[in-house]
Amino acid sequence: MIDVKVEISNLFKIFGPNPNGIMGLVKNGISKHDLLDQHGHVLGLRDININVPAHRIQVIMGLSGSGKSTLIRHINRLIEPTSGEIIIDGEDVLAMSQLQLREFRRSKISMVFQNFGLLPHRTVAQNVAYGLIIQGIKGVEAIERSQQWTERVGLAGFENHYPAQLSGGMRQRVGLARAMATDAEILLMDEAFSALDPLIRTDMQDVLLRLQEELHKTIIFITHDLDEALRIGDQIAILRDGAVIQVGDSQEIIMNPADDYIADFTKDINRSRVIEVRSIMDNAADASGPELKSTMPIEDALQILINATNNTGVVVDDNGKIVGKVDLDRAVSAIARPDKELQEGLRYK
Amino acid sequence: MDWLHEFPAMERQGLRDMKKAIDLGFREFSRAYGEGIENFFEPLLFFLVWLERLLINSPWPIVILVIVSLTWIVARSWLIVVGTTLCFLVIGYLGMWEDTMATLAIISVSTLICICLGIPLGIGMARSDRVQFVITPILDVMQTIPSFVYLIPVVMLLGIGKVPGLIAVCIYAMPPIVRLTNLGIRLVDKEVMEAADAFGASYWQRLFGVQMPLALPNIFAGVNQTIMMALAMVVISSMIGVRGLGLPVLRAISNQYLALGLLNGLAIVALAIIFDRVSQHYGKRLQQHRQGSLDD
Repeated sequence: MIDVKVEISNLFKIFGPNPNGIMGLVKNGISKHDLLDQHGHVLGLRDININVPAHRIQVIMGLSGSGKSTLIRHINRLIEPTSGEIIIDGEDVLAMSQLQLREFRRSKISMVFQNFGLLPHRTVAQNVAYGLIIQGIKGVEAIERSQQWTERVGLAGFENHYPAQLSGGMRQRVGLARAMATDAEILLMDEAFSALDPLIRTDMQDVLLRLQEELHKTIIFITHDLDEALRIGDQIAILRDGAVIQVGDSQEIIMNPADDYIADFTKDINRSRVIEVRSIMDNAADASGPELKSTMPIEDALQILINATNNTGVVVDDNGKIVGKVDLDRAVSAIARPDKELQEGLRYK
Repeated sequence: MDWLHEFPAMERQGLRDMKKAIDLGFREFSRAYGEGIENFFEPLLFFLVWLERLLINSPWPIVILVIVSLTWIVARSWLIVVGTTLCFLVIGYLGMWEDTMATLAIISVSTLICICLGIPLGIGMARSDRVQFVITPILDVMQTIPSFVYLIPVVMLLGIGKVPGLIAVCIYAMPPIVRLTNLGIRLVDKEVMEAADAFGASYWQRLFGVQMPLALPNIFAGVNQTIMMALAMVVISSMIGVRGLGLPVLRAISNQYLALGLLNGLAIVALAIIFDRVSQHYGKRLQQHRQGSLDD
């Protein structure tokens, strides 16, 4: 059983003049459109329930307007909820006093922003040290820790530059270093890489994954980019119109999309790279053939299967135990788009 | 149908009584509190007189040297330093040294007062929409009411002299710095503020670590405007007994001395340009980090 670090339950957010008065209607399931049309309130979040596993990357995915940025701002309470609770280490964030909240933000949680949110009048080193300075850490310790993180994100030599003198990717490295420097256990990333061009974005994903391998932080990562979600997410929650419509890992999202909406925007991804052999294997204890790791993407498995006798391989888990078998036909058909998407008229509208 | 052609105004007697009541009421007020208010402003008067004497009584080369070094420290521009030196030499040569020093003193003191009062006011306005709602119309009145109108109660209260002049200048010159401080703080990038919040910054950490530094260009524009408006009041304040370049201008108007008016007027302009260029250069220097150049 995986530890739950952040437990979001029954979270609602309604924007408008009288959110509490309108809660009844929302709980009865009034649509976002009707709520705006007839009552002049905007539905931000509707009954969000997500258990974020500790030391994992939880991706929250959704298109613009789905409420993902609103949701992440509830976790450190930059936005006040209309109702619900967020439990972190047994404490309800939404019930904290201003003082407790400040302490919580200083020590336990940090954040990376889409447009970086750096202080333009401070140097890279000072920006990285910002969280430490806020905490009251001064002098040598702040300088050393800032220096260490500046180096770890690959910005050694740029300590005395101002943000305006850096490229977008470098600026976000500063943002990342600033968030890491406070040693917070939870890291919120609000479309952190969305403003970067594709190559730099992949680069930054690598930086993040590499750091995560060592640090095992609980990361909540917001994105509108499915490829990014599938690449870095240990668990993915998909949001639409302020509600969660599916939670699962990348395999579940691709193999068992909860509805046509998800099926529709998963259809353009590179299935052979995302789907792992464990998702398509047959249960079997007695198979023979070349060994394939259960987390191997089909892309890598294909060549092995083609060369194998009978075009069949055995699937083994991390400990080398046989957990199933897979053959070439199955691998190829998994790469093909599911049948129903070939029919016309199913595009999500 | 008479009331259609003639506005149904208040009857004369009533109007006269009303005005009389206001006048009497204020006279009573100034009799009762005038002295107290005067005492309240006493330290200000001392400071102003001290600065004026210092500027006038010190040997002129030292004064010029000090002013020019200040200019250099603040603006770091040879052009401005040379220009300033030339201006003061010409002003002195044309016999306006003492008046210029008196004007310099009152402008400096009133700018200082405006900064000390105006910036906190602007911060308060930026913090709360309600405060902004209350103060904005007051600033509008301060900027648009003809100076002569508020000179009347000020003179009734404090008589003729330097302090009423100082107050008049401040009333006229303070609005820009209040407005621009407010504006500057409100314009600070929302995401930077969010970042400060997300890292647990307190109100004061946010104010002094983020808002004020990022609002500085606007605050500086405000200081600059305040100085310009204070200079614009030099002539009017001289009508209630403030010494300086305004007095000869006033004399020139009543006697039609063209040259006298022109020279003193140009001296005011010279002061204005010096103040303006110096404060603008300083503002620019504060902004160096915004440019993407790689030289530090």
